[in-house]
Amino acid sequence: MNDNNRPKYKGSVMLTRRRFVQGLAMGGAFAGMGLGSGSVLAAALKQQGPQTLRGTDFNLTIGQQAVNFTGTPRIGTTVNGSLPAPTLRWREGDIVTLRVTNLLPETSSIHWHGIILPSAMDGVPGIANGFTGIKPGETFTYQFPVTQSGTYWYHSHSGFQEQTGLYGPIIIDPRDPDPFTYDRDYVVMLSDWTDEDPTDVYAKLKKLSHYYNFNERTHQELMEDLKEKGLTATWNDRKMWSQMRMSQRDFSDVTGQTYTFLTNGQTPADGWTGLFRKGEKVRLRFINGSAMTFFDVRIPGLKMTVVAADGQNIEPVTVDEFRMGVAETYDVIVEPKDDQAYTIFAQDIARSGFARGTLTPDIALTAAVPEIDPVPNLEHGDMGMNMMGGSGHDMGSMNGGQHQMPSGTVMPGMDHSQHQMGSGQMMPGMKNEEQQMPAGGMMPGMDHSQHDMSGGNMMSGMGQDQHQMMADGRMEIKTLKSNPSDFTAGPVNHAPTEYGPQVDMRSEDPQYRLDDPGVGLRNNGRRVLTYSDLRNLRTTYDHRDPDRELELHLTGNMGRYMWSINGVKHSDAEPLRWRLGERIRITFVNDTMMNHPMHLHGMWSDLETGDNNYLPRKHTVIVQPGARISYRVTVDAEGGWAYHCHLLYHMLGMFRTVIVS
Amino acid sequence: MKNIIAVMMFVGLPSTAMAGGADDPLLYKVMIDKLELRNTSGSNALVLDADAWIGYDLDKFWIKTDVERVNGNTEEAEVQFLYSRAIAPFWDFQAGWRHDIKPKPTRDYLALGFKGLSPYQFEVDAGLFIGESGQVNVRLNAEYEYLLTQKWILSPEIEVNAFSEDDAQLGIGSGLSDMELGLRLRYEVRREFAPYIGVNWARKFGQTADFAKAGGEDSSDVQIMAGLRIWF
Repeated sequence: MNDNNRPKYKGSVMLTRRRFVQGLAMGGAFAGMGLGSGSVLAAALKQQGPQTLRGTDFNLTIGQQAVNFTGTPRIGTTVNGSLPAPTLRWREGDIVTLRVTNLLPETSSIHWHGIILPSAMDGVPGIANGFTGIKPGETFTYQFPVTQSGTYWYHSHSGFQEQTGLYGPIIIDPRDPDPFTYDRDYVVMLSDWTDEDPTDVYAKLKKLSHYYNFNERTHQELMEDLKEKGLTATWNDRKMWSQMRMSQRDFSDVTGQTYTFLTNGQTPADGWTGLFRKGEKVRLRFINGSAMTFFDVRIPGLKMTVVAADGQNIEPVTVDEFRMGVAETYDVIVEPKDDQAYTIFAQDIARSGFARGTLTPDIALTAAVPEIDPVPNLEHGDMGMNMMGGSGHDMGSMNGGQHQMPSGTVMPGMDHSQHQMGSGQMMPGMKNEEQQMPAGGMMPGMDHSQHDMSGGNMMSGMGQDQHQMMADGRMEIKTLKSNPSDFTAGPVNHAPTEYGPQVDMRSEDPQYRLDDPGVGLRNNGRRVLTYSDLRNLRTTYDHRDPDRELELHLTGNMGRYMWSINGVKHSDAEPLRWRLGERIRITFVNDTMMNHPMHLHGMWSDLETGDNNYLPRKHTVIVQPGARISYRVTVDAEGGWAYHCHLLYHMLGMFRTVIVS
Repeated sequence: MKNIIAVMMFVGLPSTAMAGGADDPLLYKVMIDKLELRNTSGSNALVLDADAWIGYDLDKFWIKTDVERVNGNTEEAEVQFLYSRAIAPFWDFQAGWRHDIKPKPTRDYLALGFKGLSPYQFEVDAGLFIGESGQVNVRLNAEYEYLLTQKWILSPEIEVNAFSEDDAQLGIGSGLSDMELGLRLRYEVRREFAPYIGVNWARKFGQTADFAKAGGEDSSDVQIMAGLRIWF
């Protein structure tokens, strides 16, 4: 039973098991890829790929090649014969030219993730201006000026090619040196590999959405709960989830059950290795190049100083651990003081496996691999309920400024005693599909008249704002509050398009949870990075207050495996039309119980983390389950852009085209 | 039964087609929920309870079938052809044709029903069947999955039938006619393949029970069974 409750990572660290990457040279156990200048040791080692390609002129060939990560040979999608694709090293200020040849039997594309460039060079077929993808046998030439520096990545934006290997790192050296020093420079690209055809993975999720979840709550745990908490508390804890037909263990749709998690293309068994000398400062450029996996990264024994998020320098913050949404990047500096090896440990959010690497002064030395953390449970806040009623998350740790209440604003949840719940009581405010079912009456007392936007003082905080419901369910708030980044959430309004078979949950009281490290990382005894820690090193680039606000709700039906925004999937949605030059504020409300990494192409997302003078710039923002989050965008890039959840099997529906003109 | 499987296979033919990353590809699923041998008093029965669908997220075509063979003779065989439309997050409305091949004489019904997941996670299939003669059959099936472990699953199930009229030819009496309570323990070798064992208690009521007794059958029966649950 233990085995089943805590499934062992498939072939975890059985170092005896021979694995190989046929025809690929991916970091290798020996590959201390010293990217920095002074890496003497690394230079002494035989340099095994992944090649770092430098300069301004690149020829990239997308192809297929035999790979073997699990003991079973499979066909991977490669660039210049490499999986992950080669590291591209550019210089800020250069104009780069990339000739990409597609040798696949299907249309392909490369998107330069997080790079600010003209729409036509963005590489999203059918959305980027004039770009329809790279047909089999054809070559497309990308050319654009490099106007930024830092750690980014590139990947296919066609089909499921990203899942089969088409992703690689981008490093851009700054024109002016970074405001921190380091002796070594390594890319740590995390990814997920499956032997299954991604089309089958998607089909399986549609047929049985929990297909890959082998961490559900079971009998044994029920017995333990009954013993510890007694019948009433156990019932109350579980009642709501069961009533809502939701799993408290729904963290990740695809898990280690099929995935082998890779570090620079190396399996946990092989492990990627980076070398250092005692006392050196090592820069690690973490990139989450997964299709579906959030990673929680730590290096037991080392503090990590985070110096950049999504390629952009931030005020350094020292942590023990950080969570990486799919497509996010973090640069950290570590300073190993001892002559010992350290394990880079990146467990997946579902606690179903891990990616592993080693920092070591000697290639013969490895370090112990920690146990995977216990499987957590989603909490009420993750369902969009106010957590102030005491779900274990410490709201008191929020920065004072975040609790600013403009006069007249009613803090939701304070006004409504029914939202103050003891642990586990059914939230009366939680909307449930029964309300629309003719059968009705299954959840008594769920009259939502109190949420009627037309009545009562709940609106007072939103003053004269005019809410306009757009045809496809978008809600535009024409006038802004006097302080657009106060973190008092205010009442939430769900578009009519969110009601139907395609949406199984709506957050009734989503909160800003910038200081919440997220499910599985709360109160774990380690200092975990949160978004409230992110503070730009430079002052906010565009100080204008937003001209308007756009609220987007992330929606879905887990059981039917349908994903959408405001209940409308991409193929049914009108593009979002933004005016060139405007500054807009986007607020996401997550009406699902999963984390969604939302990625806006072509323009920065200036994340509101507490201080409007130092908004960190991100390209991908995690929206936690049942939460809200806001950022500002200066609409300075003309053309068509993709805007989507970066989970590969969500993005087909949870996607919008943005047209800037 | 061969015919039914042939029909199911035919439906299964259009294989998973994924049109260039579309979010809603045409998919199919065949679920052999029960393929089991039952040990009843004196005789062994082979039971098939299966369904298949093909379609999209919200619209599907369903086939459901139920077959019972006792000592090599097909005693009960039923097949339903249904259009299924998602009407709520957890519920599909289904409508179509039900054809009872066995026992003879055959019967045809207009089938209407709701299939889905109720609060507290019961899999529910509730059907209303209206026959040519005005016979109305109401059937409720509910099943729960209790995870002993991630792979050992205990599944209680209840099915109840009620009829509006007597049908002496088929041994059916009006009112509550029969109920089955099942309890199956399966081991999911993989999601798609699970052998199981179980016990079933079947009971006939009222006029239906009288018909059964008149025909020399018991009105109540406890069976043990072993079987396979397979889907793809």
